Amino acid sequence: MVSDTSAVRRTRDEILAILDTVMDPEVPVLSVRELGIVRDVRIDADGAVSVVVTPTYSGCPAIRVIEQDIEAALHDAGIETVRIETVYSPAWSSDWIPAEARAKLKAYGIAPPAPAASSGDLVQLLRVPRTPQCPYCDSRDTEVRSEFGSTACKSICWCRSCRQPFEEFKGI
Amino acid sequence: MTSPSVVPTPAPPPHDEFELLLRLGDDRLVLGHRLSEWCGHAPILEEDIALANVALDLLGQATLFLHRAGDIEGKGRDEDALAYFREAIEFRNCLLVEQPNGDFAFTIARQFLFDVHAVVTLDALVRSKRAELAALAAKSLKEAKYHVRHSGEWMLKLGDGTDESHQRVQHALDDLWRFTPELFVADGVAARLAVHGVAPDLPALRPQWEAIVRDVVDRATLTLPHESMHSAHLRSGRAGMHSEHLGHLLAEMQIVARSHPGAKW
Repeated sequence: MVSDTSAVRRTRDEILAILDTVMDPEVPVLSVRELGIVRDVRIDADGAVSVVVTPTYSGCPAIRVIEQDIEAALHDAGIETVRIETVYSPAWSSDWIPAEARAKLKAYGIAPPAPAASSGDLVQLLRVPRTPQCPYCDSRDTEVRSEFGSTACKSICWCRSCRQPFEEFKGI
Repeated sequence: MTSPSVVPTPAPPPHDEFELLLRLGDDRLVLGHRLSEWCGHAPILEEDIALANVALDLLGQATLFLHRAGDIEGKGRDEDALAYFREAIEFRNCLLVEQPNGDFAFTIARQFLFDVHAVVTLDALVRSKRAELAALAAKSLKEAKYHVRHSGEWMLKLGDGTDESHQRVQHALDDLWRFTPELFVADGVAARLAVHGVAPDLPALRPQWEAIVRDVVDRATLTLPHESMHSAHLRSGRAGMHSEHLGHLLAEMQIVARSHPGAKW
């Protein structure tokens, strides 16, 4: 559709709704908002939209793609000027993923993240084995086979009950 | 002057904080590069992925620390300028991380010693009086915690595995032990930053580091090496005095950026 060249002005709620449609490239069942990557949205005086994002992992290879996807979605909605601002504090936590999004992860076959380890005894960190709940049969009779899976944010696990391998979203 | 505690201490020179950020960034940049050398060569697929992922995290952390270093220096150098256009003598990484990969056991032992150091020092750095530094430490600490679970698990598997894996990882530990005192030496920079609450008191962290290392080493049926006379390191990476290995690593890491300055792809 051909429209006039002036920038479209949208409300903050409308912009948030657009961001709900931008999915994470590596976990495509969750949007960048559900993952907690989008920290804030501002509409500046000149009509430009500033999106404040935080990377999940400091070396996340997807963060540039995520930024491009956000820009593209807002441009498609007629917003001319989009600014991406990156913040590192507070550090991203998987605890920010809400319950509905966790249910989506589980339905997708990925065990949702356990609560992030608090800064407890560091010796215990290496002593207590993790047993994520199997997303298929809900058993806790599981083991972590490798701390790293198909992406940096996931571990590879094995369920002894239903004898299925599965992935777990790491709790950080 | 009434009591030393109420006398406001002058801020440490900005150069000290720049040096600290280079140490944090360079440790991670150099170790990340070493780990990336395993890409496509690790003994099993999961490990290939794991080592590459740890490398990626370390490079991400290096980017954050070096970016901040460039800001504090205020001479317009960004993280790429610091990574690609400094000479070996300007690097501030510890000697441990620049040691060549050796066999898989050697890489794991090196990683384990570093990862425990990382969780202990970052856990303390989170309480830095510099909010920006504390924020970067908090972010890195989350990752260091699963890094140490990874390398710690492998110490157990290799140490308590076959005779050969046990011998190889014990040999690696014996060989690498001489590089560990450097991790906890408080030179002028570190001591001044500790006094001002910018960075932790490094010598005070060593017992915690050793407790974690000892716990895993014991369970892995390995033997903690004795402090040898030679462990008093003759040079320090923190002062830019490196082993010959760093120059070779940098040559490979920097050649593309130096051959094509400013190239974009």
